[in-house]
Amino acid sequence: MDIRPSIYRIALVSMVVASLLSCNAQKGKKQGEHALRVSRDELYADSAMAANMQSLKQIFYSMPSPLETALILKRAGAGYNGSLLNSIDNVSRYTTIRSMALNLGIYSTDLSYASLFDQTQTTISYMAATKKMAEGLGILNAIDEQTIRHLEENVNNRDVIMETIPETFLNTNSILEEDDRVAVGSIILVGGWVEGLYIATSLVADPTKADKEFVCRIIDQKFSIESVIKLLEQNSSNEDVKAVFDDVLEIKQVFDQMQIVTSDIEIIPDSSTNVTTLRAQNTTTVNPTLFAELKRRVATMRTKYTS
Amino acid sequence: MKSRIHILLVFSLMLLLPALGHGQCKNFAKKVCRLELSPYIHDGNYNAAILTEGEEAELFKTFYAGQEYRMAVCGSESLPKVEFTVMTVDRKVIYSNASNGYASNWTFNVEATQQLIVVVKVPSAASSSDDDELCSGCVSIMFGLKIDA
Repeated sequence: MDIRPSIYRIALVSMVVASLLSCNAQKGKKQGEHALRVSRDELYADSAMAANMQSLKQIFYSMPSPLETALILKRAGAGYNGSLLNSIDNVSRYTTIRSMALNLGIYSTDLSYASLFDQTQTTISYMAATKKMAEGLGILNAIDEQTIRHLEENVNNRDVIMETIPETFLNTNSILEEDDRVAVGSIILVGGWVEGLYIATSLVADPTKADKEFVCRIIDQKFSIESVIKLLEQNSSNEDVKAVFDDVLEIKQVFDQMQIVTSDIEIIPDSSTNVTTLRAQNTTTVNPTLFAELKRRVATMRTKYTS
Repeated sequence: MKSRIHILLVFSLMLLLPALGHGQCKNFAKKVCRLELSPYIHDGNYNAAILTEGEEAELFKTFYAGQEYRMAVCGSESLPKVEFTVMTVDRKVIYSNASNGYASNWTFNVEATQQLIVVVKVPSAASSSDDDELCSGCVSIMFGLKIDA
């Protein structure tokens, strides 16, 4: 007897059952979704395992998203300079997983930067570029035609733009995590972060003459680079991550020579606004030579990623 | 033959169940937790995990000077109320939702750029020792940004 048709039938039934479970999972809380029950006996099969449960704490390193990066730039006083964006004509150059992931991050920061400065046509063009990168990475549903159409139809509606952009990032990140491709997600974030650093440093010709607050926000990236390193270390078995990691270390070497002295934090709640202020002061020393070296290394890295 | 079919069945389910968990988490983050951020704009990052009663997770993030943030920490309905604590890197507690009625969000601004740690804990439910089961569910940490008009 040929057993193959039966096996296929069983496999098909398993997949249908699982897909039905997935559909049910999306129907809302009433059906008690998002819950898994595990018996204590199964979980704590022995005391050693119970001890391990305590040590297996999940750690996340959250980097600034492309939208946050662009917002930091704007809030610190950056102006808009469209010539700094990675040209969308370069899209066809990116054919490897690494280059597509990096440039998905780069274009995402560019589109966030353009959108915050109300550059509507550029925003739509760069959304299309991110769509191409996402498709190349096999993230087909993250940014679809409907998203682009929705942006075009609401080109003057800032609320819609500000809702759509983070939603596409969220879709991209969550789909990658779902597909067990967290390493690719980390490369995208690094691409976005480097682009923010590139735009910021390019806007400063001379740190001694530039707006002090703006320069301080750039040097504040010393805090974020620690998260960048940790995030990449979590995915260090991936060859593409290894390559990016080496580049990030080049930048870290410069940040390591920069000093930020932090004060204690004073917590000031405001019951009328429900917004708590964390009062503190950082003292940042800017060395023009080091700043120039940072700018040079960031530009080299960004050229490597976009060419 | 039956054993081969069983193995295939088990493997199919093993392959698909993790995706089911992640899919649940994604939808939970998008459709439930993100709403907690309103009117702040979600930053676009996805931080979510399946946690079991008694488990903790930590998130390290840099918050930038001059920016106002709202963070939301949400757990599935099946879980006990999720606790979250915001600490400095030297583990000094800045905020604990346990001291604030287990609020699911907290809004703050930072005058100087800070790296902070968000510690999320799913407490053990009081009843769980009786029914001999531990509950797992999705826990999501999301950040919203205040964007000036």
